[in-house]
Amino acid sequence: MGIKRFLRMASEAVTKFIFIAAGIVICAPVFLVVTGSVMGQGDLYECLAPVFQQGTGFVSWKLIPQYPTVENYIHLLFYSPEFFVLFWNSAKLVSLILLGQMFVGVPAAWAFATYRVRGKNVIFTIYVVLMLLPFQVTMLSSYLTLDSMSLLNTHWAVILPAVFGTFPIFVIYGGFRSLPIALIEAARIDGAGELRIFWLLGIGLGKGGILSALVLGFLEYWNMIEQPFAFLEDKTLWPLSLYLPEISWTQAGSAFAASVVMLVPAVFVFVMGQDYLEQGIVYSGLKG
Amino acid sequence: MNKCNRNRRRELGYFLLFIGMSLAGVSVFVLIPFADVIRRSFMTVMSGEFAGLDNYRTVIGNQAFRLAVGNTLHFVGVAIPLLVVISLAAALVLSRIRDIRVIKSLYLFPMALPTATVVIVWRMFFYRQDFGSLVVSYLWKNTGYTIVLWLAGIAGIPNELVEAARVDGANGLQCLLFVKLPCLKGSVYTIVILSFLNSMKIYREAYLVGGSYPGRDIYLLQHTFNNWYVNLEFDKMAAASVMVAGVLFVFILLFQHYSQR
Repeated sequence: MGIKRFLRMASEAVTKFIFIAAGIVICAPVFLVVTGSVMGQGDLYECLAPVFQQGTGFVSWKLIPQYPTVENYIHLLFYSPEFFVLFWNSAKLVSLILLGQMFVGVPAAWAFATYRVRGKNVIFTIYVVLMLLPFQVTMLSSYLTLDSMSLLNTHWAVILPAVFGTFPIFVIYGGFRSLPIALIEAARIDGAGELRIFWLLGIGLGKGGILSALVLGFLEYWNMIEQPFAFLEDKTLWPLSLYLPEISWTQAGSAFAASVVMLVPAVFVFVMGQDYLEQGIVYSGLKG
Repeated sequence: MNKCNRNRRRELGYFLLFIGMSLAGVSVFVLIPFADVIRRSFMTVMSGEFAGLDNYRTVIGNQAFRLAVGNTLHFVGVAIPLLVVISLAAALVLSRIRDIRVIKSLYLFPMALPTATVVIVWRMFFYRQDFGSLVVSYLWKNTGYTIVLWLAGIAGIPNELVEAARVDGANGLQCLLFVKLPCLKGSVYTIVILSFLNSMKIYREAYLVGGSYPGRDIYLLQHTFNNWYVNLEFDKMAAASVMVAGVLFVFILLFQHYSQR
């Protein structure tokens, strides 16, 4: 018995070790970005030479830079005012989108979760299809609508269509579904009004789904590329996610430093909200 | 009878109250405009005359569109099964280990990394821009997500069922094949749908690494749409949008029907 138990523990430890090792490899790109951001011009040029020459041969990388420096950050934070504009564009777009999504999506999810109405399944299926349509398929229809409202080339062109996206509804709905129906019935029998029930039970107890939708939403919209590219012509309106790839290799140092700055809020949300992120993934498993 | 009817109407009223804003927004921003796009798909872009199926014929005959459809199907057909199987295998192993929080964090972490941040790394290693690197970056980003979904499904398998099979003398493999996998059938629908949703986002990587005209292997449907958009070829876009949306809609209905049987 003792040996068997020992063997089991040993095999568990080995499996764990293998998974963790693979996980560290998966996270390696972050180390590259961070070390790149503290390398000087010379170091970077040496490492990236194969990329410059478009030739074959692999990029070499130093895990610990020979002469670490903060010059890239200084250049970025003190000598590139446009960088701040773009950073705030990103922050503004993401926060308004999330705010709007909650305003629209929380009640909609509540409607799906609590009321038995004929035709609900049809709407549900339409929402699933809308969620799955790639942005490019609805790009033309969005363009025509935004054009007729003269919203093109304003931040609203990116915000409004996203606010009515249906993905967060499914996540929040997942959270509401985990509330016991009996609780709602009981509240009704006690004479609570529907709005009050929504407020107390939905928002009070269904917070998990709402927070999950916020975490998933942040990671999604902080990373937005297609929408601003299609609807914002003026580059001073762009979010950071669209601007970063425009930095050319000759300014690789700034590109790395900007990448790190862009990374920080996302990692912060990931670390703080990991439980909600996991829960949100589970909730997004749509069960009609 | 009467009371029942009134109750039903009351429920409908509240349903509409809560979902109203969303339904209105979806109609204004997606449904009605898309109906307009369907109308446009039968018209010429310049004069607005009725063109019948001409736009559809042009799109279907278009070389770039054909290449893009082929590549997109190729990508979806290779990447999604790989993702589903790899993460199922990982989840089955992980479900038998305790304290996997750190492991899950490591695998979920790529989800948090903005594409623009990682692209700088992709450009360093994947400057050949081939199909394989696209599949790898899809797997890299989505394995954690899918593992979490599978783990939730596995946690839902009733323990008694597995125990009972064990008592009846089933070995590990038999338990897996005849007890666990059949129980996970319900999760497949969700996981495939969400994997598909995320597979469409691979365009970001393809675009940021390769631009509007990347290597032949990774020229996706989204590239075609984008290039038509930039060139204002709205008639082609309309016809192609209607076709893609139609195919997706039918596919989802069939898939839903089949998986809920």
